[in-house]
Amino acid sequence: MSDPEVDLELARAHGLSDHEAALVFEILGRKPTYPELGIFSVMWSEHCSYKSSKKLLQTLPTKGACVIQGPGENAGVVDIGDGNVCVFKIESHNHPSYVEPHAGAATGVGGILRDIFTMGARPLASLDSLRFGPLDDPQQRYLVRGVVSGVGSYGNCFGCATVGGEVTFHPRYRKNILVNAMNVGIARADGIFLAKAAGIGNPVIYVGSKTGRDGIHGASLLASSEFDEHTEEMRPTVQLGDPFTEKLLLEACLEAMKTGAIVGIQDMGAAGLTCSSFEMASRSGTGIEMDLDRVPQRETNMTPYELLLSESQERMLLVAEAGREQEILDVFAKWDLDAALVGRVTNDGKMRVRWHGQTVVDIPVDPVAASSPVYERPQARPADFEARQKLDLATVPIEPDPSGALLELLGSPNLCSREWVYRQYDQLVQSSTVLRPGGDAAVVRVPETERGLALKTDCNPRYCAQDPYLGAMHAVAEAARNVAVTGAKPLAATNCLNFGSPERPECMWEFAESVRGMGEACRALGVPIVSGNVSFYNETSGEGSIPPTPTIGMVGLLDDVSRAVPAAFRGAGDAVILFGETFAELGASEYLAVRHGLERGAPPALDLAAEQRLHALLFEAANRGLLRSAHDCSEGGAAIALAECAIRSGFGVEATLPDVGGRPELALFSESASRAVVSCTAA
Amino acid sequence: MPKPARIGVVMFPGSNDDRDLARGFALCGAEVEMIWHKDARLPELDGIGIPGGFSYGDYLRCGAMARFSPVMRSVVQLAAMGRPVLGVCNGFQILCESGLLPGALVRNRDLRFVCVDTRVAVEERGLFRGELTPGRELLIPVKHGEGAYVPDAERKPRVAFRYVGGSPNGSTDDIAGIVSDAGNVIGLMPHPEHAVEALLGSTDGGVLLRAFLAACVDARQARR
Repeated sequence: MSDPEVDLELARAHGLSDHEAALVFEILGRKPTYPELGIFSVMWSEHCSYKSSKKLLQTLPTKGACVIQGPGENAGVVDIGDGNVCVFKIESHNHPSYVEPHAGAATGVGGILRDIFTMGARPLASLDSLRFGPLDDPQQRYLVRGVVSGVGSYGNCFGCATVGGEVTFHPRYRKNILVNAMNVGIARADGIFLAKAAGIGNPVIYVGSKTGRDGIHGASLLASSEFDEHTEEMRPTVQLGDPFTEKLLLEACLEAMKTGAIVGIQDMGAAGLTCSSFEMASRSGTGIEMDLDRVPQRETNMTPYELLLSESQERMLLVAEAGREQEILDVFAKWDLDAALVGRVTNDGKMRVRWHGQTVVDIPVDPVAASSPVYERPQARPADFEARQKLDLATVPIEPDPSGALLELLGSPNLCSREWVYRQYDQLVQSSTVLRPGGDAAVVRVPETERGLALKTDCNPRYCAQDPYLGAMHAVAEAARNVAVTGAKPLAATNCLNFGSPERPECMWEFAESVRGMGEACRALGVPIVSGNVSFYNETSGEGSIPPTPTIGMVGLLDDVSRAVPAAFRGAGDAVILFGETFAELGASEYLAVRHGLERGAPPALDLAAEQRLHALLFEAANRGLLRSAHDCSEGGAAIALAECAIRSGFGVEATLPDVGGRPELALFSESASRAVVSCTAA
Repeated sequence: MPKPARIGVVMFPGSNDDRDLARGFALCGAEVEMIWHKDARLPELDGIGIPGGFSYGDYLRCGAMARFSPVMRSVVQLAAMGRPVLGVCNGFQILCESGLLPGALVRNRDLRFVCVDTRVAVEERGLFRGELTPGRELLIPVKHGEGAYVPDAERKPRVAFRYVGGSPNGSTDDIAGIVSDAGNVIGLMPHPEHAVEALLGSTDGGVLLRAFLAACVDARQARR
């Protein structure tokens, strides 16, 4: 089969704009070959290039005393003492998980695991932030079952504990669910590996699974366009995961890294061999020449186009020191994995790919990777933005049955127990899990030390739908608060920014507002963003977009993990204290949604200085050993927080809540920020 | 004081509780050596631990591939000579597949993986004594997708552990673990290596691991 003729029509079918297509001709000074067109199409896709988000992302704070590696690598790296570093990132796998829930979610977990161990870290804990439509829809139940089994099957088999996350439901996720997977690994500070192709003449080695035809154009077409009536036809663009091979790849990579012969390494995720080779060369200002005939292949008669764009899983590309190739090949042979010398690093800044003796790709690296097109898309505030913020409490009836309201809220999909989900995950492998899922942040011990990490993902999409700026601030504050209630100091964060189409000015405005709010909260709370991912085009034609969902993955540090404070009450007779002030705030609350079917009003106000004082108070109280339990008070309000502490402990609770305007529903269910329920030994 | 027991923990491709089991044994006083599954010849060992995980991905029946690893021939020989062998979770499945223990482990009743704390009661304990007294209840977590024990039709198993208050997986007669007729091979679905520190929720797994190590030392002294 010969390659199709490249013309403007074919470029458009590859998702390139006319302007971008013209740019390709200009860069090359000729018509691209078919594989070259494929490369431009994936590398300039929204998913790989961040062309609509790059400028705004640069406004986020990314530096801090603990930060060793900020955004731009496979994952962020922060110092956690004792010569150890924490390597972490969150990433989306939304569209694949909607098209094929089990495989999509599984490979989402697999992808983020590789991002962590490609940096030399052993993955220690996973978290998954999942968003679905309402469960009365059978399709959503199918999606939930598939996604949960996919997350579990991959993490359980690979051997990384899944310790936390979120599951939330909202009608606007019905046609576009979200699967955001976070992983946290530990490495030695002097054992971090970066994705670079340095050292002219050094060998480029392909390791891991063989390349097949799966996942071609996953990044460019599936992830970088909205859903329409052809979505079902995209099932073959979803990759299939093999956690067993990934486990072997982990052990082999960590063992190969110990030889000292590896110069740089990157996983082959989105856009496979293309993305990994271009990014590694681009970061080092070098070029690569590659021979595709040497790539281990699972299927026969694969074309250069397929080999370059396949997103087959469980593969890595690495650059070794010249003359030490054999040491690396031996390690992979021990683990029964393919490893093949596929090319060399060159000094001319070009990517040259040969196949059957012919040069099929000859492109300058930089214009494709680091200097890809960047856009400032138009933004527009939605016309109803101000109307949305209005909620007249006088129109909300006084709750006639507070007990009934409490029971209804406790049993509602967004507040009820998530045990059905997390008991399907191995929470214990690596014997590090000190606080398991179900409370606030999970706490894991840093192996062979006395320190611990508190981990949490957070975002309230209803707040973000009402006000993306304030909603994103809440995501940061609540994630940090969840970490703080365990006694940890919030250290750094990763973000997964899920939005609709950036080509719609209203979505772009939501994105810009979210980034602005996130940056402001991160600066105020001293939490830099060290890694992350943007997922646009989360919408379906005719159905509108998801609510803006800027999910935060927070990492906190405990110097003494044995002092970690659990959420559940510990003993009868303990005193229970509500930290923080309760205001008359029902806007965008669970109470309004569950009890009155209303999504109205502004999210609760957020005083970042008060928030930080609360974190300092929790940190000091925990470290002085004063707290028997501590629990974040947010969705559902003080009544839900108290009930959760009691239900998880088996104890009851008797409490007098501060009066708010003489109205029970305000005292019980107001979602005022910067509060926590703690218990301590009674005086 | 006798020399500490020297335990080999076998690593199959896809084992993932191997380092946990080694650590659990070490915390209970053992000297531990990791054994690669391709090594047919073993060093001098007092006992062997087969860890949990997903050997060969468990893409076939659990443990069905691992039993053909070169190391298993040596493990079977050592077991026949009376060396204590412990199989946890996937290790239990491998021991059943290799015929060191009777019966089989099949998909959980509700077809889902389950990770949860369980309470198991000690019944028959073979060579493993010490604090492992019949009737004692231990708090130890399980985490598996295929942990429902089914006995051989013609052979009643010697039940070592039974879930208290019902099994999490639909196991026949709530069986959580069994011991061989000779009393030196023991397999169970719960993970004692995840229950050796109060910080992580329970120290009851140490009761079994210490009993195992004591039996290893006894068997060594009997060989002399």
